[in-house]
This record gives sequence, structure tokens and C-alpha cells, in this order.
Amino acid sequence: MIFVTVGSQEPFDRLIRAIDEWAGLRARADVFAQVAGSTYRAKHIEVTDFVDPSEFSRRVEGAAVVVAHAGMGSIISALELGKPIVVMPRRANLRETRNDHQVATAGRFGQQGRVIVAQDEQELGVKLDQAIALRRTHRINAEASSQLLTTIRAFLDESFCQQQSRIQVEPNARQRGGLRSY
Amino acid sequence: MKSIQKRGRLLAVASSGGHWVQLRRIAPAFAGFEIVYVTVLHSYRSQVPENRFYIVNDATRWNKLALVLLAMRLAWIIAKERPQVVVSTGAAPGYFALIFGQLFGAKTIWIDSMANIDHLSMSGSHVGKYADLWLTQWPHLARAEGPYYRGSVL
Repeated sequence: MIFVTVGSQEPFDRLIRAIDEWAGLRARADVFAQVAGSTYRAKHIEVTDFVDPSEFSRRVEGAAVVVAHAGMGSIISALELGKPIVVMPRRANLRETRNDHQVATAGRFGQQGRVIVAQDEQELGVKLDQAIALRRTHRINAEASSQLLTTIRAFLDESFCQQQSRIQVEPNARQRGGLRSY
Repeated sequence: MKSIQKRGRLLAVASSGGHWVQLRRIAPAFAGFEIVYVTVLHSYRSQVPENRFYIVNDATRWNKLALVLLAMRLAWIIAKERPQVVVSTGAAPGYFALIFGQLFGAKTIWIDSMANIDHLSMSGSHVGKYADLWLTQWPHLARAEGPYYRGSVL
């Protein structure tokens, strides 16, 4: 199955149309898309407006590849479940978002090799074919980096001066003093 | 539930999508606190069945009425819950949560979303003076006076 998601905020018809056309071209009958209230009438794929978190996880889990807008929620969810993800960023000049933060997200995460980026609908089919050829199984840890967790724990310990579960504060951070220096 | 000695109440606030997913990834750092979640989608409740849970409307700076309603709702929640800590990964609900949290004496933590790569979010850049711990997830956005970079949710 290919699972497509455009996030919880607003439709992204440019992506859905491109996927629909790709599915027609490749004669794929196993594409399921969450479209957030799209008015585009898909011919080759199954669509639903929203899915709840448990169905979302099930759909990602069951997918060979995830296709999404370049939103952090979609990207992190796919990485947590070890699925290849193709992202196409929403564009501000097409009024798909208010700024081009998704272009930046796609750029960074693409460079890091965490996602496959389709810059636009023309690239999508090729990138999707590439992603299907991948067989990724590596799942990222479900927790934030230990540096971030340690920083937050240390801040909370410091703030509440509790004896229990005291975490070692980075020596540098403590010497600089003051809570705001973490 | 296990009876552990609670360190106090922690209000964890995030709007939908990436904000919520990132908040969930830092939740392990809140061990020992009674966590109360505030978010914008009812469907997230099933992911935190053991916690108390509030729904607020989301808002952007383009919808002033929604902003006012959101601010009032957060003020009410914080006056009622009196949390010792308020944490948010954004966006607008977290901004108001930190303001009212600090007003009511809570320690406040802002972790700007990883989606904000070129610059901080609107709420994230203005929230600095209300955040006791003010973090970005990108080293190139860190500044001497904050926000600081101390790792990311990935």
C-alpha cells in the first residue's frame, strides 16, 4: 500500500492530483490518501478527509512508502515506523502555506537522507518509483535526543530542587549559572 | 496507575501535527510530574488516556477573534490548574500558555518546532521573555541571549 497524507490543517490538491495520475499510470489500486477536505475528485485512489491517530499509525505501518507534504508530523511519524517517505513541500506563492518553511524542511531533511524530496508534481512520480525500490526497516527511537531530554530534566530538577531522580547537569551549563543558560 | 510521588503539575501544550508529535517525543523528560495536556484535536486523547486533557481552538495572527478566544481559554485553564511547569512546542496555544503560566508563577519551557529552520516561528520569537528555558532545535538559530540550542527531538 501507498499511504498519502497532507496533514491536519488544509488540503493540498497539487499533491493529491499528482498521486492520482501516477496511480492511473502505474495501474496501482492500493493507494490510500488522507486529503483534509480536498475538493479534487480522485479517480484512481481511495481518499478520506481525516484519520485518527490510531488509524494513521496503522496506515503508515501497512504502507510500503509514505507520501506527504513536508510537515514535521508526517516526517517524524514515518521515521518512527521506519518507512521510506517522499515529501513534496507546500509553496507560499501557490497559497498552500503562509511561508516556505516546508521548502526549508524538505531541503534539510533531504540533505540528511532522512526523506526523499519531490520538489514539484513533475518530480513526484520518479521519486515515488525510487522510494518503492527502497526497503527501509530502520526505525528511529521514539524519544527526543538525550541531549534535549537531559537539558529539560536538569532544568526541572534545578527549578524544583528535588532529591529524587536528580540528573547530572552538564558541568558547563551549571558553571555559567542561571536557569536561562541551559 | 502506579503511585509515584508527584513533583507537581505540568501543563504540556501543543497544536496539531508536528507540534503534537514533537511534544510527545519530549514527554519522557516530564517523569514525576502530573502531566495535563492541552491541544487542538479531540482525536489525540486516545494517545494519552491516563492524562487529563483539554481542547482549545487553534488560531493564527490573521484571525484576531480566534486569538482572543484562545487567550481567554488558556487563561482559564491555567487559573484552574495552577501548574508548576508549562511546556510547549508551539504554536499559538503554547504562546498564550507561557504568558499566563509565568503570570501565575509557573516555570516555563518553549521548544521551537523543528519545522522552523530559516527563522524562529512567529510565536517562538516573541515568547522569549516569557520562557525560563527557551530553545530552538537548530544550532544556526541559537543566539547568546536565547534561544539556546540543546539538541532536537530527533
